Amino acid sequence: MQRHLISAADLTRDDAVLILDTAEEMARVADRPIKKLPTLRGRTVVNLFFEDSTRTRISFEAAEKRLSADVINFSAKGSSVSKGESLKDTAQTLEAMGVDAVVIRHGASGAPYRLANSGWIDAAVINAGDGTHQHPTQALLDAFTMRRRLVGRDAGLGQDLAGKRITIVGDILHGRVARSNVDLLHTLGAEVTLVAPPTLVPVGVETWPCEVSYDLDSTLAKSDAVMMLRVQRERMNAAFFPTEREYSRRYGLDGDRMAKMPEHAIVMHPGPMVRGMEITAEVADSDRCTAIEQVANGVSIRMAVLYLLLGGNEPAVTHPRTEEK
Amino acid sequence: MDRQQDTQASDARPVLEGPDIARVLTRIAHEIVERAKGADDVVLLGIPTRGVFLAQRLAAKLEEITDRKIPVGSLDITMYRDDLRMHPPRALARTEIPGDGIDGRLVVLVDDVLFSGRTIRAALDALNDIGRPRAVQLAVLVDRGHRELPIRADYVGKNLPTSLRETVKVQLAEEDGRDTVLLGAKQTQ
Amino acid sequence: MSKILIRGAKVLGGEPQDVLIDGATIAEVGTGLSAEGAQVVEAAGKVLLPGLVDLHTHLREPGREDSETVLTGTRAAASGGYTAVFAMANTFPVADTAGVVEQVYRLGREHGYCDVQPIGAVTVGLEGKKLAELGAMHESAAGVTVFSDDGKCVDDAVIMRRALEYVKAFGGVVAQHAQEPRLTEGAQMNEGVVSAELGLGGWPAVAEESIIARDVLLAEHVGSRVHICHLSTAGSVEIVRWAKSRGIDVTAEVTPHHLLLTDELVRSYNPVYKVNPPLRTERDVMALREALADGTIDIVATDHAPHPHEDKDCEWAAAAMGMVGLETALSVVQETMVDTGLLTWAGVAERMSFKPAEIGQAQGHGRPVSAGEPANLTLVDTEYRGSVDPAGFASRSRNTPYEGRELPGRVTHTWLRGKATLVDGKLT
Repeated sequence: MQRHLISAADLTRDDAVLILDTAEEMARVADRPIKKLPTLRGRTVVNLFFEDSTRTRISFEAAEKRLSADVINFSAKGSSVSKGESLKDTAQTLEAMGVDAVVIRHGASGAPYRLANSGWIDAAVINAGDGTHQHPTQALLDAFTMRRRLVGRDAGLGQDLAGKRITIVGDILHGRVARSNVDLLHTLGAEVTLVAPPTLVPVGVETWPCEVSYDLDSTLAKSDAVMMLRVQRERMNAAFFPTEREYSRRYGLDGDRMAKMPEHAIVMHPGPMVRGMEITAEVADSDRCTAIEQVANGVSIRMAVLYLLLGGNEPAVTHPRTEEK
Repeated sequence: MDRQQDTQASDARPVLEGPDIARVLTRIAHEIVERAKGADDVVLLGIPTRGVFLAQRLAAKLEEITDRKIPVGSLDITMYRDDLRMHPPRALARTEIPGDGIDGRLVVLVDDVLFSGRTIRAALDALNDIGRPRAVQLAVLVDRGHRELPIRADYVGKNLPTSLRETVKVQLAEEDGRDTVLLGAKQTQ
Repeated sequence: MSKILIRGAKVLGGEPQDVLIDGATIAEVGTGLSAEGAQVVEAAGKVLLPGLVDLHTHLREPGREDSETVLTGTRAAASGGYTAVFAMANTFPVADTAGVVEQVYRLGREHGYCDVQPIGAVTVGLEGKKLAELGAMHESAAGVTVFSDDGKCVDDAVIMRRALEYVKAFGGVVAQHAQEPRLTEGAQMNEGVVSAELGLGGWPAVAEESIIARDVLLAEHVGSRVHICHLSTAGSVEIVRWAKSRGIDVTAEVTPHHLLLTDELVRSYNPVYKVNPPLRTERDVMALREALADGTIDIVATDHAPHPHEDKDCEWAAAAMGMVGLETALSVVQETMVDTGLLTWAGVAERMSFKPAEIGQAQGHGRPVSAGEPANLTLVDTEYRGSVDPAGFASRSRNTPYEGRELPGRVTHTWLRGKATLVDGKLT
């Protein structure tokens, strides 16, 4: 693994499987009376959030605290950032306070990459979502959820998602979740199909390692997992689709459509869900919907990433040195 | 378990062979029954990797002796190690606590080699986060000396005086295809 | 003023000749000229060009003197071999009145490194709503003939039509920054494979091409001429080629960076590659080179756009758009056009001096290297190769995309009306 986690595309298959396997062990900590490990004692992690995202921030914070890291939360709102301080100055100020890692959420695509590669700071950088670019821990927790449900909790250890057919539905254009998932799922051997109205698919998608379809119904029967992405109502005003009703009629997942999926297939959603838009309440509340599991899995995945990036004197090596076995 | 060593034994000679290992495990099982007064509240926790197989073997022997099911599990100490910052992070091994937990029970930690004692210190910390045993004891296949912490084993298969220039390597059929304990010289790199 | 003898230079890349400057004028061109009473510049092996003319420079003064001033910008120009630059109107205040253009014009004359010909804004405040006083700017001491809202597109078709018509009265030209604003809302880079991957807002080629198509048709309809700034796509080339074949009076420019760099560089998220129009694909770069070679694109213009360090040392979305270019333009043209065999040095003179001076009606610039002409000259060591070091720039800003890149050619001397502004690579 590299020193930073910026993009799901940077992970090799073995890196990704190591993270998923590690997360599987981390998940067991949640079942203990004391949900805490001493692993990152004395390490300081700052959650540098330039965009509001309570869910992601809390998930990272829970992961950091379970590993005993010291946690600093920094929200751009009401801070010097709103007074015009730059990302560089903010990051350098925080590093001067002795930060070992920066978990960054930023509205600008590439901001974490810049932070990691421009020589501004030495700390490890973990991307918690940048603009419409990447959200690698989301992709990892999604893959973790799929592996548990489709391969098995123990049977999945050491395994990837070879041959699994994953359909991702919704706003691909503005979505970092879709980009990250396509990259990671492809690395893990899954076959990905993106489904969206053509207006919400980026120009240039043809080079992505996936299929693109404009027709949801034709993909459902051959999907092991269907991931519904949030579609913001505001997109309607920019003419990406005519009405909310037309969108949900063509691309929303309701009970009838779910019935077309194979028995074992699951419904995923990264949240927050817009019920009645991309997903009906009936589907969202069904046993096949993994939205809540994904939240729990998010903490385990983030613990795994933090441990593998910060737990030692250098990032984890993909192949553990044999002489230490 | 020789976690501190990055080198492999060269020209290693066996100090315990398969039948010896079986014999000392039987002896340890009897000692546990004796000292734990029937072993009715014993939980065996092996420290990965080879401690887990030893714990399973011990449990089988205890079951033979007591004719009762003996709870056995594993305790990964990786994230409690005091040398984490000296290496890249290691892949985690499984921690599997038997269903009834460890509260109020006699936990016997099982490991292959007792050396500096740091592994056992980490194991005690890990146990602390899992529950509150009535007592904790330690069983090891080999005690090679050179303790760096005030820790001792309650059950020892073989005391093996060694020098720091030597390595002790335990091989078990479950992992390595054969049962043996090898003593060799540390390879200079 | 004393005499200068430039000895043995390949004039426009041709056979070695001597060029004698007397005062502000070229006195004689020939072989074996007498050096008597003249300071001699040995120029064997070097190429002598007419002083370069840049139809598209941002000097930033007034208003953004932290990025560039007329003085630093004209020193950069002299350093790059230019003797005349056209200063874009997007200053603060905007160059939309006679007062502002005269100030910029005078500053250039006073400093004496390079003539500065101000470009006037087409619309008041570059807002695209109301025509600026084009006639007043033309009649001012600055004698403005080129008008542009550069940085912004004159997107209202009626305003554009009126501007094209209005400048006919005094032979002016409108230089259009072709960028359909609605299609480029939130745009950050060329829309295509790379933008899809990087998640940066796409800047479609059609946003440029649709405006160019409209404007050549408008120019034809009203019988005016139009100049297209910094053409960047293969599609734009096709439209201009078609327009010229119909006899439409259109000229077009390309920047050095669009001849060399592609949007693949944006993968670094380094805002030094953020520019308007954006870097395009390899296919576009090749089409632009071909078009510059065959004359579809008339000239090279730098779009020299200085920005202070902090405006580039940040995340991509927050960064300013633009690159400095005056001091590297000729090297990039040599690399992409001359060393590739697409253009001779005479062709370079045509596209970087004669033609831009003609389009902008720069008096005394872009003239042949012959007796009686103003001594505006540039001497180039074309054998030189070296890596670009922004620390040595005369420009106040350092936002070059070529830092550390090896490029051929180096301007060693520049003369403005017989006065050396650059000697042995050093500004006077």
